[in-house]
Amino acid sequence: MLEGISTSLVDWSRAQFALTAMYHWIFVPLTLGLGILVAIMETLYVKTGNPEWKRITKFWMTLFGINFAIGVATGIILEFEFGTNWSNYSWFVGDIFGAPLAIEGILAFFMESTFIAIMFFGWNKVSKGFHLTATWLTAIGANLSALWILVANGWMQKPVGMVFNPETARMEMTSFWEVLFSPMAVHKFLHTTSSAFVLAAIFVIGVSSWYILKGRDIVFARKSIVVGAVFGFLSIIYTIFTGDSSARDIAHYQPMKFAAFEGLYNGSEGAGLVALGLISQNSTDPNNQNLKDFAVKIEIPNILSYMAFLNWNAFVPGINDLIKGNEKYGVLSADEKIARGKLAIEKLKAFKEAKKSGNVALADSLKTEITSPDFQKNNFKYFGYGYIADKDTLVPSVAFSFYSFHIMVVLGLYFIFFFLFALYYTLKGKIHKKRKFLKIAIWTIPLAYIASQAGWVLAEVGRQPWVIQDLMPTIAAVTKISVGAVQVTFWLFAIIFTTLLIAEIKIMMRQIKIGSKTEGGTK
Amino acid sequence: MNVFKRTFRFYYDGFSNLPRWGKQVWLVILIKLFIMFIILKIFFFPNFLKTNFNNDSDRSNHVLENLTNIN
Repeated sequence: MLEGISTSLVDWSRAQFALTAMYHWIFVPLTLGLGILVAIMETLYVKTGNPEWKRITKFWMTLFGINFAIGVATGIILEFEFGTNWSNYSWFVGDIFGAPLAIEGILAFFMESTFIAIMFFGWNKVSKGFHLTATWLTAIGANLSALWILVANGWMQKPVGMVFNPETARMEMTSFWEVLFSPMAVHKFLHTTSSAFVLAAIFVIGVSSWYILKGRDIVFARKSIVVGAVFGFLSIIYTIFTGDSSARDIAHYQPMKFAAFEGLYNGSEGAGLVALGLISQNSTDPNNQNLKDFAVKIEIPNILSYMAFLNWNAFVPGINDLIKGNEKYGVLSADEKIARGKLAIEKLKAFKEAKKSGNVALADSLKTEITSPDFQKNNFKYFGYGYIADKDTLVPSVAFSFYSFHIMVVLGLYFIFFFLFALYYTLKGKIHKKRKFLKIAIWTIPLAYIASQAGWVLAEVGRQPWVIQDLMPTIAAVTKISVGAVQVTFWLFAIIFTTLLIAEIKIMMRQIKIGSKTEGGTK
Repeated sequence: MNVFKRTFRFYYDGFSNLPRWGKQVWLVILIKLFIMFIILKIFFFPNFLKTNFNNDSDRSNHVLENLTNIN
């Protein structure tokens, strides 16, 4: 345990970060996906010359603009929190995070702010082709901004391309390309953006369905549904593939998260996938309330082994294997990792004291030892374990991880059929008669947001206690400030973000009620 | 008209012809940025290391102290 850091401070700091990140993520996916959808619609307008497509483009562009404007800069609060509440972490990762976040800032500012102005102010002022290019560049710019944030997040889940400098207590980047093209970062980016496309497609179909139910803007609504359903179907298929790759990354680099989201306590060869299950209220281990088995489950044999290692009979370690170790399969015990991590911290402490006392020779020798490939591989790799006082805290909440993963997967499968039915009914000219489906389509909008948030809950809760996998637990990352200060800002954010959300919903609902007749609400 | 004048005119016309929703979202943006940068950043979210330490060397020493000070 770190001196002066209470679990209450860690919990409130985490809750505050989770709150702001989740609110931020309400706005982001719609921006990412709707930007692309608007660009597709405008492409259809430019290709066909049909003014109906221009009207459709302008309407969805308006909703894109409202969402973009309300959501803009909500992510900056996360950067404020890094500096105030997570100062140890910010300093520790400074050099690694600096590059991607700086690129994100420049890209977001120059690309989005320049081209979004042409998108909204440029109708009839620039050529059709130039306007279309600006729309595509706005959409691509928004997605590229997400790339850099997700590269940073991917690095936290699987740190690569860096070396620790004990002189500065910072990670230093040794390979920008290794950080950028880390499989974890690439798959995370593809999965996150494609899921955002799915959400936006559902939004378009849901809003269009409302028009059909009201018996107005029928042609506009049908055309929007066709674009939304085709784009949504392709996106959900791609999301499933990228999700599969992400799951494999997790199995390799974050085995505890993988075991937690599958509720796998004891590892086995040919492990089965729990398709559906209910976690029991009773603990399986009286000493650890976190370990709860299933009350009911439906399991498909061998699938988990294949999902994790593309081998039907591969061994998948369970939570108990990862805590107690499993010599047969080369799984180190938590005790062993904690011992190695403690040694790494002791060496760092000895280095610090040698430096302070002016013993240059000892400090140099310790620095050489700490940065040696052998020490990095065998000890520094487990640096964060040295802060773990109770090895049971290495297990994230199984219930949270399991349910968030399964909610995301079940809803993802539902979306496939949703898009297929939407497309089929519209192309057959029956959509206006399918009132039940139209109502379901409206209610699918919140489900898309639930699936999207569940994905992040899984990613972030599932990796606990780590803020940087194996290197820094949350307890070592927080700033020693008063719990009261964090509580005040938590509630302040809750009020501000809720107000923003209400403002967005009100402005958007009003614009939806006005409809497409006003050419997207432009004068 | 030179490029700067044309760019100015482009933005000027755009902003002066904002639809109602455009004016509403700009109001929200301005209020939000004011709250974030003038109130939150200054009064609630000082950068801990920049505020409390004068240089990078002191910041490094502080973090190193924190990271190695375990019970």
